[in-house]
Parts: sequence; structure tokens; C-alpha cells
Amino acid sequence: MTTTPPEPDQTSSPDQPSRAVPLVTKPSPPAAAPPAAAPPQSGRFRVPTLARHLGVAVLAAVVLAIATTMIGDYRDYELAEIAAFVVAVAGLTVLIGLSGQISIGNGAFMAVGGYAAALLFVHLQWPLAAILLAATAAAALAGAIFGVAAARLRGPYLAGATLMLAVALPALSTQFQSVLGGDQGLGFYISVPGFLGINFSLSRWQAWFNCAVALLVLILLANLTRSRVGRNWRALRDDEVAASLAGLNVARLQIVAFIVSAACAGAGGVLLAVWIGTVSTSLFALGVSIQLLTAAVLGGLGSLVGAIWGSALLVIVPTFLANFATSHGMTQTTSSSVPILAYGVVLIAVMVGFPGGIQGALVRFFNLRRRRPADYHQEEKGST
Amino acid sequence: MVEFLNFTLEGLSAGMIYAAIGLSLVLIWRGTRVLNYAQGAMAMFTSYLALLVINATGNYWLGFAVALASGLVIGAVVERVVIRQVTGKPPLNAVIVSIGLLIGIEGLAGLLFGSNNRSFPPAYSINGLSIGSVALGITWNDVFTAVAVLAAAGVFAVVFRYTTVGLRLRATAFSPAVARLLGVRVGRMLTLGWALAGLLGALAGMLVTPSTFLSPNSMDVIFVLGFTAAVIGGLESPAGAVAGGLILGVVLSYAGGYLNSQVVNLFGLAALLLVLMLRPNGLFSSAPARRV
Repeated sequence: MTTTPPEPDQTSSPDQPSRAVPLVTKPSPPAAAPPAAAPPQSGRFRVPTLARHLGVAVLAAVVLAIATTMIGDYRDYELAEIAAFVVAVAGLTVLIGLSGQISIGNGAFMAVGGYAAALLFVHLQWPLAAILLAATAAAALAGAIFGVAAARLRGPYLAGATLMLAVALPALSTQFQSVLGGDQGLGFYISVPGFLGINFSLSRWQAWFNCAVALLVLILLANLTRSRVGRNWRALRDDEVAASLAGLNVARLQIVAFIVSAACAGAGGVLLAVWIGTVSTSLFALGVSIQLLTAAVLGGLGSLVGAIWGSALLVIVPTFLANFATSHGMTQTTSSSVPILAYGVVLIAVMVGFPGGIQGALVRFFNLRRRRPADYHQEEKGST
Repeated sequence: MVEFLNFTLEGLSAGMIYAAIGLSLVLIWRGTRVLNYAQGAMAMFTSYLALLVINATGNYWLGFAVALASGLVIGAVVERVVIRQVTGKPPLNAVIVSIGLLIGIEGLAGLLFGSNNRSFPPAYSINGLSIGSVALGITWNDVFTAVAVLAAAGVFAVVFRYTTVGLRLRATAFSPAVARLLGVRVGRMLTLGWALAGLLGALAGMLVTPSTFLSPNSMDVIFVLGFTAAVIGGLESPAGAVAGGLILGVVLSYAGGYLNSQVVNLFGLAALLLVLMLRPNGLFSSAPARRV
């Protein structure tokens, strides 16, 4: 399947010697040794998956915490936006790249999360973390409902149904204007918690909060994709009939994938709402769903690291492009079309030219044996 | 009673548009197994071209001809240049590429024509018709819409049924490999199928735009409703797409008329999901066939 980044060397069987990987970094264990008999003394030490993920996350958290104090308010603000998108894009890339389903309506689930958060803020004044959990649960519930319907749909049908979802759902906010605020949306105000002191900037607090959530979500997803569930997803992505013959419950796996993706989108929606301080229909219009798709495709479908690349570019490049266009004599309304055109070109060019996206290209370029989720099971299969 | 009649007529008139979009999707789907999400965007673009010509020359029908011709060309170019690259790859790639086309064309239109709403001239009067003193909910333009779509559908039916080209197109859709063995230039037929679909989409764009305004994403909603119409008809059947469009138009017109105009899109979503869950092969499919 092309939705996976190209991984020619890893699909080969373990005894095939054609791996273009330096043996120093990852020597293969003796072919005869059973997995239990390949402890560290065989020259190969593998940090437990969870510990490795946590280690990387802690390192990233430290780097980010230091960085936020140095890059200034505006960059903090941008970082918070990137983190919000990382959460939503990571969910989508798992859905498309691992379970083989597609959604062009994840903006709708972001809207569910965002609006739920706004309502909880306005009416109940819950603490931020509790709101995040509750709103994510609400989005997951919406994903479950839609997922049950979607599990019967394939490729183009599913894409069409989710597209319809993205187009139709904003009408709810005008339908229930008194609760959801119609076109104006709902505004709310968050403040820096007291223990950080009064000189702590709001942008930095937003960056901290959003990055913390993003790291947490990435850890959870990284573990999930390497679990039995993740392997089953890949199995059904590659061949649904074979997967179901092997005893997998295809419909349930697809619904679970949809729920995970909707929950991530919902959490991303909460972060985006907190970041802006308001929710409105225009914030979660069809364009957002397309942005998520573009970021996931650009980063490399199925790759969590790719989700980070994609989200970062998604936030940084459009502003840059629009500014560039404005400074070259275009009007504001015209220059806002430049990023949209760019999304389209990127989607086509990546799918035609580099189906692996940025992460796939990086891996191929450096020929690194990165342990991307998509490869991991094959790698493990290879070493046993 | 008059109200009911009017809602029905309005629904049929709107349904004609969904039918035209649905028909163009079916044409492409049968030929290339690609669902062209950019169909609405292509129609939007050709409507812009028509508007340019109309504004420049003051002649509506010249603009109409330009729209249809450019639809033909754009359809062919898109198939040759973009879609051909992803045929034979997993269906997901084609889905993503055609979504890319959708966004790309919308961005290009915004760049070239600006993203504000433009009004668009109708072919005929948009004053309501009346029988005696009873005002009807339709206009001469609606009548023209219905006639144009039905005529186009009729022409397509005749071409597909009775001409050699039509036979080749059907053979290509039915089995490309066998068609190729029998001497059909399959590639050309695919391009032709896309071109004809582009023409139909352009027609739908010309017909619907007077009532929606023209902006880069003015066709989004029309497209998803046309998609719904095609799905109701089963995606395989041209007649089903037309019937699906009319059914959808009438149902949405009742929903909008008796309930609230805001809920129309939600009703469309509900209709799509209902059909997909209950009759995934469309309302008119006889025997469920499993495609592996």
C-alpha cells in the first residue's frame, strides 16, 4: 500500500542480506536465536518501548520548556498553535496511514471538542484539564456514533460521507443559536494559573499547556500503534479480507480507529479553542479538515513524527506565503488564496511523487532505521 | 396544497442540479473508479470563465458555450495530467489527489478571481411563474434548468446506447482489459469520459450559480448533495443518479420548507448516511454484488 512510507528494506525477509543499514547501529541477532534468548549480552540492547517513548518525551519537554523562555511571545503563540494541530493531525495520520480509512471531516470532531470545551468554560468554569478530558470524551463519542456508520463504508464513500459531515455540521451552531452562539460563536477567557507568578506570559502558558498535551497524546498514540491494536490496524489496511480471515474483527477495529482519531481531533479542537479564546463555525470550517489532511499527507501518512513536520509547516508556511503575497502587491483577499492553492498542490504532488511524505523522504535520504510505528512490527518479525 | 406543490416543484428544480452533478460523478466512477471530489470545483471554475465572457461581451449564450467547452477541456486535462498518475495505485491515493484538485482549483480561483461573492446572471427570467392568480414557486429559469438537464441526460443516454463511441465508453467502463484487446483505445476513452463529465459539471455550474452566487467554494455544498444523489442512485447507474437527485431535491425542499432552511444540509447528511447504511448499493440496486 502506498499509504505507508516506502520501506523496501524492511519488507524483505530476515535472512535476506540486502539491508543497506550500517551494522554498527543495529546488528541483527543470530538467526537461530529465539527471541527470549536474545538478551542484551548478544550485543543488542533494546530499551523497553514505553521507557524509550517516555525518555524522548521528557527530553522534548525539557527542550520545549527552555525554548519557550527564549523565543519570545509571538513564537510561543505559534508553538501553541502547532501543538494543537499536532494532536489533531496525529490522530488523522493514524487513521489513514494505519487503519486505511480516510476522513476529510475531522474538522467536525475538532468542532465538537472545541464547542464542548467552550460550553464547559462558559457555564461550569471547570479547570482546564477536566475540560480537556470531558471535551475529548465528547468528541470520541461523536466519533463512535459516526464510526459505526462509517465502518460499513469504504474509500470514496467514506471520504464523501466525512466531507458531508464537515460541510453540514456547522449548521448546528446556527440551528441552536442560543446555546452555540451562531456565527459569532462563543468566547471565553483563560488565565495563567496563579502558581506560575504574575509575570508569566499567557502565550508561554498556552505553549506549555498545548505542548504538554501534544506530547502526552503522541506517547499514547506511539504506544497504541505498537500494540496489538496497531498491528491489527496495519493488517486490515493491507488486506481486509486476509485480516478478517485471520480472525480480526474488521468492523470493530475500524470503529476503534475512528474513535481514536475523533478523540485526537477533539483534543486538538480544545487546544485550538483555548489558543484563540473563542470558538466559531469559521474556525472549524471545511478548510480545517483539509488542512489536517494536508499536514498528515505532507508529513507522511502513518508517521507520528511526520505529523509534527506536517503541523509545523501547516502553521508556519501559510502565514509566510500570505505575507509574501501581500508584500508583492496582492490584496488581502487574494493572498489568502495562496495557501489554499498550495495545499492542493502539496496534496497532489506528494501523493503522485513522494507517497511517504517528508518523513518517508527523510528516512530514505538518510537511510536511517528509524523505528517508525509503521515499520516496527516488521522489524520485530525480522529479528525473531 | 399550493404550498406543497410549490415545495415539490422547487425540490424538483433543485434536484435537477444534484442530478447533473450526480450524473457526472457516475460517468467518471464507471470509467475510472475514481470519485472526482473536484467536480464541483471544476464547475465553479468554468462558471467564472463564463462570467468573464459574459461581462466582456454581454452575451449570455457565448458565456454558456465557453463554460461547456472549458468544462470539456478541463475534464480531459485533469484526467491526462493528474488522475492518470494514480491509476493502478490504491484507491486512497486517488481520493487524496482529487481532494487536492478540489482545494487547488478553489485556491486558483480565489487567486485569479478574488474570493468575494459575485452575482451571476440567469439564462431566463427569475420572476415566479403563476397559473391564473396562483403563484408557483418556480421560474422560467427553473424550467430551463430542468429542460437542459433532462436534455443533456437524454443526449448522453442516446450516445451511450446507440453510437460506436458510446459502446466503446461502456466497454472501457465494463472491462478495460477486454476492451483493449478488442481494439478500443482505452486511454482515450477514459479521457473522453472525464471530458464529458466535465461538460456536465459545467452545465450544472451554469444552472445553479444564479441562485447561489459565485465564489471559490460556492459549489461545495452543491457537490456533496450531488454526491449524495449519485450514492442514492448507486454510483453505477446514470438513471439512478437522476432519480436520486430528484428524490434528494424534493426531500430537502420539504425539510427546508416545513422545518427550517438551516437544517437542509443536516438532512442531506442524514439522507446520505441512511442510504449508505441501509442500501449501500443504492436504492435501485437489484441484487447486491460484492466487489472484491
